Amino acid sequence: MLALQILIDGFAISALYALGATGFTLIFGVSGVLNLSHGAIMVAAAVAAWAAASVLHLDTYSGALVGVGVALIVAFATYFAVVKPIQNSRRIPNEEKEIFVLTGTLLWGIMIQELIAYFFTNNAKTVLPIIEGVVTIFGVRTPRNEIFTAIVCCLVIGLLWLLVNRTRTGKAVLAASMNPRGVTLLGLELTQIYIVVWGIYGILAGIAGVLLGMFLGVSSYSVGPLTASAFSIVVLGGLGSVSGSLIAAFVVGYLETLTAYLISPAYRTIPALLLLVFVMYIRPQGLLGRR
Amino acid sequence: MASFFTSRLFFISLACVVVAATLPLYVSGYVLGLLTVAFYFGVFAMAWDLLFGFAGEVNFGPTFLIGTGAYTAGILNNQFGWSVYLCILLGALASVIAGFVLALPALRVRGPYFGLTTLVAVLMLQNFIVVFADLTGGEIGLTIPDVITINAGANYWIALGFMTISAAILYGLSQSPVGLVLQASGQDPVQAGALGFNIVKHKLAAFIVSAFFSGLSGALLVFYFGTASVGTVVDVAVGVNVIVSAVLGGRRTVLGAALGAIFLIVAGEFLRPTGELATFIVSAVALLVVLFFPGGFLGAALSREARS
Repeated sequence: MLALQILIDGFAISALYALGATGFTLIFGVSGVLNLSHGAIMVAAAVAAWAAASVLHLDTYSGALVGVGVALIVAFATYFAVVKPIQNSRRIPNEEKEIFVLTGTLLWGIMIQELIAYFFTNNAKTVLPIIEGVVTIFGVRTPRNEIFTAIVCCLVIGLLWLLVNRTRTGKAVLAASMNPRGVTLLGLELTQIYIVVWGIYGILAGIAGVLLGMFLGVSSYSVGPLTASAFSIVVLGGLGSVSGSLIAAFVVGYLETLTAYLISPAYRTIPALLLLVFVMYIRPQGLLGRR
Repeated sequence: MASFFTSRLFFISLACVVVAATLPLYVSGYVLGLLTVAFYFGVFAMAWDLLFGFAGEVNFGPTFLIGTGAYTAGILNNQFGWSVYLCILLGALASVIAGFVLALPALRVRGPYFGLTTLVAVLMLQNFIVVFADLTGGEIGLTIPDVITINAGANYWIALGFMTISAAILYGLSQSPVGLVLQASGQDPVQAGALGFNIVKHKLAAFIVSAFFSGLSGALLVFYFGTASVGTVVDVAVGVNVIVSAVLGGRRTVLGAALGAIFLIVAGEFLRPTGELATFIVSAVALLVVLFFPGGFLGAALSREARS
């Protein structure tokens, strides 16, 4: 019984982690940017969905759409206001752009977090789930919303796979992650590809944020932990490797659920961190990363 | 080195320190208390700049070093009642060991991977403190029975003296041949190695020096506060402030980092009337500096001087 409970809860959490981390790793793979405002964008999406439902009195579907839309806008703003100016700056030496992008997006994330706290307070907000109710699976009481979360995550990741591997745009994105210079030589505009990727990222982060808001609830305090968890999942899986992140998300999700159920919820994050340190020592490039 | 003592930077720094030293004669204890904290933060930022600006190691976990030093000193004083100075010294030594532990992955992995390891180190320390609450006081914080002194002026002078000495040592080190080798190995390790320099040895030394000053400053800070808590010396947000200070003041300048830290803390205080927006404004200003003056305050000033 407990095993089944862990299996079901762990799956939903892992799927959510996977969705959150996929966009993050996609951006790194294509443009080499580690976006430390990731958590802030997810929280912005969830809070927007919450505000749309409880302040503007929209129905849950429109609320979710508003959330995803806000995430998309914030993601584009991150790219145009922070990342692009740093990448194009002549005063920053190339080898230091990485740290400047990290610092810049970190500050940007803090700004978003503070604005959310200012306008919507620090209180935790739970977005009304699209599907309510509880079902019993082999004796385990499971909220319908949890199943919905898992299904949506898997669907979106599946769609992303189709987009990247089966469409022309997707192939251009894939090519840019392998060899940016080669792509420019083929006559494709790199900036356009980056814009597409940031768009995909915004949608993914938005969906993940809204689902998280329905599943666990968010507050402006979740910004840091969300960024950290996406960062560690992505590094565990190998920076830039989408399939690596998927595997890592499930490893981390189940490890956390196991610890929470079997030992104590207080120790929830510790085994995953230990595993991360261990992997860094043994295999610094992550599970499926390339150097 | 000799040219430094005749340079304008030296005289400006000297003038600043002299003016700062006379402050307790005519400003209130409140301002002194604020500046005392700012000076300890300045040392954090300078120690971080030695690692980032010179050794080229992106350390996201300055608070791992600071927190280890601070908590070791605090726990020793709390549990065994040893003298304050012994505790501070042992705290700094514990921090050196922590620096050594942190340096090990740095010698294997680079860039973002190393950055993450340091971030994880902070999270581990934080978890450790919360889990072993009996020893560390957990989330509430650790009460420390002894303080160095309760006189605001004396505390201020200790902090100022400590920052000045640390700045002199760290700046001297960064301008010395060792600093140049560090800078070279940070920018191009392969070539620096090919020139016959032992990169591993130099980087280890940089970590140990950085850890020593971070730990010492952290230990002094908790004996000033009379308490050690996750929120003041370990939290990732504290580390972010240290990094922002260093970048704001001008990376690779050491002295600029201290300037940035003082600015950050004083600005945070001035913005207190704006309430919850204070952090937002400070972050926005820092972001603008990062975007438009990537050299930071001192970097911009120095490059103008070099041009004229």
